[in-house]
Amino acid sequence: MTASGGDGAPHATATRTGDAPPDEHRRGALGAGASPVAGAPTPRQVVAGLKATASAEDPVQLLSPEGEFTPHPDYPLDVDADLLRGLYRDMVLVRRFDREGNALQRQGQLSIWVPLLGQEGAQIGAGRALAPQDMAFPSYREHGIAWCRGIDPTELLGIFRGTDHSSWDPAATRFHSYTIVIGNQVLNAAGYAMGQVLDGVVGRHDPERPDEATIAFFGDGATSEGDIHEAMVFAGSFDSPVVFYCQNNQWAISEPVEVQSRVPLFHRARGYGFPGIRVDGNDVLACLAVTRWALDECRSGNGPVLVEAFTYRMDAHTTSDDPTRYRTADEGQAWNLLDPIERVRVHLVRTGQADQAFFDGVAAEADALAARFREHCLAMTPPPPDRIFSHVYSEPHRQLDRQRAEYLQYLAGFADTPDAGAQVHA
Amino acid sequence: MTALDDARTAAVLPDDAPSQARPTTLAKALNMGLRAAMEADPKVLLMGEDVGKLGGVFRITDSLQKDFGEHRVIDTPLAESGIVGTAVGLALRGYRPVAEIQFDGFVFPAFDQIVSQVAKVTYRTQGRARMPLVIRIPFGGGIGAVEHHAESPESLFCHVAGLRVVACSSAADAYWMIQEAIACDDPVIFFEPKRRYWEKAPLDARPAARPAGSTFTSVVRRAGSDVTVASYGPSLPVLEAAADAAAAEGRSLEVIDLRALSPLDLDPVVESVRRTGRLVVVSEAPLESSITADIAARVTEEAFYSLSAPVLRVAGFDTPYPPSKVEGYYLPDLDRVLDAVDRAINW
Repeated sequence: MTASGGDGAPHATATRTGDAPPDEHRRGALGAGASPVAGAPTPRQVVAGLKATASAEDPVQLLSPEGEFTPHPDYPLDVDADLLRGLYRDMVLVRRFDREGNALQRQGQLSIWVPLLGQEGAQIGAGRALAPQDMAFPSYREHGIAWCRGIDPTELLGIFRGTDHSSWDPAATRFHSYTIVIGNQVLNAAGYAMGQVLDGVVGRHDPERPDEATIAFFGDGATSEGDIHEAMVFAGSFDSPVVFYCQNNQWAISEPVEVQSRVPLFHRARGYGFPGIRVDGNDVLACLAVTRWALDECRSGNGPVLVEAFTYRMDAHTTSDDPTRYRTADEGQAWNLLDPIERVRVHLVRTGQADQAFFDGVAAEADALAARFREHCLAMTPPPPDRIFSHVYSEPHRQLDRQRAEYLQYLAGFADTPDAGAQVHA
Repeated sequence: MTALDDARTAAVLPDDAPSQARPTTLAKALNMGLRAAMEADPKVLLMGEDVGKLGGVFRITDSLQKDFGEHRVIDTPLAESGIVGTAVGLALRGYRPVAEIQFDGFVFPAFDQIVSQVAKVTYRTQGRARMPLVIRIPFGGGIGAVEHHAESPESLFCHVAGLRVVACSSAADAYWMIQEAIACDDPVIFFEPKRRYWEKAPLDARPAARPAGSTFTSVVRRAGSDVTVASYGPSLPVLEAAADAAAAEGRSLEVIDLRALSPLDLDPVVESVRRTGRLVVVSEAPLESSITADIAARVTEEAFYSLSAPVLRVAGFDTPYPPSKVEGYYLPDLDRVLDAVDRAINW
């Protein structure tokens, strides 16, 4: 044992002086001490969660949690009853099938579900800001964006039931496949936006030929990935018409935003040389107005833009997650008061722009959607075994073609096609 | 004279070269192939570090930016994941990007995009989206370089379903194979033997000289009857030199250029082994879980009763690539190949 230098002297406790960092750059002093209760958040996690949640920087907000509407000078929005009712309906329907997805997983019908609960405002606002010609690159929680792109919710089920990896046509829907590797799609979006510039569909300002933009969706956790950094570097270097739309839902599974960044995430845009705006992610009107502005900037050739939608993941990361191990119920209750749907409902009621029949109608439509979602899920059957070999390549592949032929011949040797899934999952 | 020198002198214009064939460096052939592909299809883009004004550190894209413009030959930030990740987006937009990775050892920041997106987009979308993307990688050792500039990572890519992996070994193949790679609707990892960039070989670039079938196939470079020797990329001249040396001793080697590494085209190899009964596979890459291992396993399976000796392998060692002053010991050379040929014959 020579760590103490062999002189028997105890380790000195160093006291640093003179070069201490300024307070605003200091990390919390709470150590990584164990939680007093097993399986509960540590003090550091609690503080980090509260710090992430209580931001000193006011986001752009048009509709307060109490349902008060205040126009914003920089992000004008024509608000009428049709718009409000439409956004309300979108959010209610999306939340309803999202809850059904959770239930289907709990009942063993899906292997996993990724809830969007709490992020309906951030997604419907951004989704309804998109023009038909724009292209969207989602992560894997973007059920609300999928909804706005016209993808039927049942199309999402195959990924989570294990019958496909994706079922829609990305080019036809202008909605890329769900991307599960964190941050990958943001670089792909930056490249797609480079293509829009090369195609000359940016900054034409010709009403006959609408300009195009790209939007990339990612979360606060993804902002630590190198691909996000590289995407912002490329987009900045090539003036790409891409909106980087970060849904900061405060938690990357168990890691609070504090672990990802010392500064508010939207501040990072300055380092890349383009604007960054924080918007109240639970305010669907603000998300719509800011995203519409950001997309317009990009279509006009003034991209890229970073939008940080400040929101909250009200449910678990996925159905496999247990948030009670890392965050408190108090935190969730505070965010419940900021619910994105409730504030629109209150505003509609207060201003008399919707009556009970409207709300009842939306609720009934939501229940019908959930029932259709469930029925579709229960009727989904596994693809045939040769699906394994399909579309690995676009052109013939001698090795794989032979593997397929040999395996199908092997399977044909059974009197009944064996249920291989039953063996694997037994 | 070292074995490497022997191998270098092997690449001379043969007497029976067609009259239209011109001695051309492999580098120039690639440049010509890229130019031809860009002329044929306006959707073909080149992108990478230093590929524009500089023409790439190996000058493979020399003068292409001048002739096709900055929108067709794109100098990128120094970020390999960014190069490949944005190339994916461009491919989704309908372009046919050709991304250059500057050196073999620098591809790994892009490995995530290659494995997770490039290789899987077609499968994930059930063929609704295609990924006509070429990633060019100068590979292999023998240039006296510092660390990370002499690696042979091809097996890492062959293991990834959804990619096609090829390696050219001559000017003519470089010219035609790069065009086939660009025309392919699947992603192609295109390995270029950087140590052979400046070696000349006959190239007939007339459209009439376009190979009839795919160039992503194994070809017999030299017919022989005693031992089959197979390799790809930078080791082909070594095999040619070995065949010359063996011939002087009365032994006939059949030389096969694999060209396609994934999917392998093993039929010509198996057919050859059925005649010779012996196979030596040569590669600069480490042995473990390698292309040479795959060939040994599959030839054993398909030609077991034809084999008079086990399939022998001459390759790099299971070490990181060594400092360049000892790379001559690491790289498969004439003597190591001939030693393996002797062992196969005397087994």
